Amino acid sequence: MYTKSAARNIFYGGSLFFLLIFFGLTAHTHYYAVNVSTNKETLNEAVAHGKKIWEDKACVNCHTILGEGAYFAPELGNVFVRFGGKDDPEGAREAIKDWMKAQPSGVEGRRQMPQFNLSEKELDDLAEFLQWVSTIDTNNWPPNDAG
Amino acid sequence: MKYQSQKVAMAYFAVAMALFAIQVLGGLVAGYIYIAPNFLSDLAPFNVVRMVHTNALIVWLLLGFFGAAYYLIPEEAERELYSPMIGYLQLILLVVGTLGAVITYVFNLFEGNFFLGLQGREFLEQPLWVKLGIIVAALMFLFNISMTVLKGRKTAITNVLLLGLWGIAIFFLFSLYVPDNLVLDKIYWWYVVHLWVEGVWELVMAAILAFMLLKLTGVDREIVEKWVYVIVALALFSGVLGTGHHYYWIGTPKYWTWIGSIFSALEVVPFFAMVVFSFTMVWKGGRDHPNKAAILWALGASVMSFFGAGVWGFMHTLASVNYYSHGTQVTAAHGHLAFFGAYVSINLAIITYAMPHLLKREPYNQVLNMISFWIMNSAMAFMTFVLTFAGAIQTHLQRVNGDYFMDVQDQLGLFYMMRFGAGAVFVVGALLFIYATFVPRKELMSASSRSPAAAE
Repeated sequence: MYTKSAARNIFYGGSLFFLLIFFGLTAHTHYYAVNVSTNKETLNEAVAHGKKIWEDKACVNCHTILGEGAYFAPELGNVFVRFGGKDDPEGAREAIKDWMKAQPSGVEGRRQMPQFNLSEKELDDLAEFLQWVSTIDTNNWPPNDAG
Repeated sequence: MKYQSQKVAMAYFAVAMALFAIQVLGGLVAGYIYIAPNFLSDLAPFNVVRMVHTNALIVWLLLGFFGAAYYLIPEEAERELYSPMIGYLQLILLVVGTLGAVITYVFNLFEGNFFLGLQGREFLEQPLWVKLGIIVAALMFLFNISMTVLKGRKTAITNVLLLGLWGIAIFFLFSLYVPDNLVLDKIYWWYVVHLWVEGVWELVMAAILAFMLLKLTGVDREIVEKWVYVIVALALFSGVLGTGHHYYWIGTPKYWTWIGSIFSALEVVPFFAMVVFSFTMVWKGGRDHPNKAAILWALGASVMSFFGAGVWGFMHTLASVNYYSHGTQVTAAHGHLAFFGAYVSINLAIITYAMPHLLKREPYNQVLNMISFWIMNSAMAFMTFVLTFAGAIQTHLQRVNGDYFMDVQDQLGLFYMMRFGAGAVFVVGALLFIYATFVPRKELMSASSRSPAAAE
């Protein structure tokens, strides 16, 4: 039987070992996220501002983005693709903006999205953000456009 | 209660239970919106209700941990707390921050303000000033507890508990980093969320469980402490690289699908070890402790965390499964049972154990308490089952067949109704627990009817 101090040393030493591996892999993953899986050139101020709007309105507490968030409203990581943005980026941006302006639907028995009263510039930036997110290399997730 | 300063714990437990009530009522409202979507849609949309539900949960669990530490550290270190005053000031700071956060969410104040407005990243929505307040409170707490331990007896339980609590504070610092790149944002967001609940929180849980089993069963300290080190070693060996199961689909390298699948599959092991540990100790221990409700909660915490965090986590952790189930109601099912089974239950366990000591009386309202145990556990099990069914159907319709989200949701109504029913029953159980804990019956049982040695 191992003694208590042996168990303690295995705990401390092993945890440190796995943490160091994890930090090392994180460093590589960080590099990969900046240079490989996302587009550095298109990550402009509009995208950053769009992300800020996404956060200010707490969108993630209804929607998911890349599968993370609440499960009350549709996935938005690929909403740009779902709105036909691959063939017609301009059309998809307009469709997203029109959708935002048309809320809430007020239909009885249908989940309601609030009206956020965004300015034209804010709507543009939010659409830019959603377009940028749709270009992330996610290992082919989600399985289909339904998200 | 052997040390006067342990009394600080009671204030923490009281505030924690008030937030528990708010949390479950918030959950009930959110569950109702699922079946009546127009309810409150103008006043408090779903996202606001959900923020109250999740944030109240996180804060009260932390308050419970702090309270547990203030209760058990003096007994373990065999000395009074370094400063009860710091303990109370810390609680006031946390209450102010919590109220500030809730008011900010509900009335949508200071929107967009970098310091006063909410920061809408899931679970970390607290305005920056609240986050900084939490960090100050954590530092006060760690100073207070560390000074107590440094001057007193050092045990495996204090070591592991302190390490867990320091880890909570250190990993919370990553919540301050909000990069423009969504992928980077998510990578470090998990440093808080995963390394908390599947890392350092497990250390806190194991330490509290060990303390309780030591007191409740009378098993030799040497045996309990060896178990504790083995359990927390298994938790971190699997849990740290197990973070990889969140790095499958968020723009991170492909190798995480292997690392995440292998290590997170092993995360079930420490939870299984906790089941074996708690049942073995209770079986072997010779002590006939009068607080049966505390024993029930301690065993319940190990079993339900094994199912919630372990089994339900494993169910969708392999990358090939997660590819289809990621971000569906399967995750919601797992989240509910894991948080309840592990962290809610261990908190209710230590509260059930500590309150009679803090009130200096024999265990009271035990039958009510145990009824609340069975109500909450059955309700949460039922909720988990219906959400799992909903998630399985959603996964098939949406991820395999490619039906649109809202079309799929419209077909899950029956499950959401059953979930609401389970939630309503759970609220009854939670309120019953709070009543049984804080409204002791007036007549005191005669102290001589119990052996004083057993009532430790």
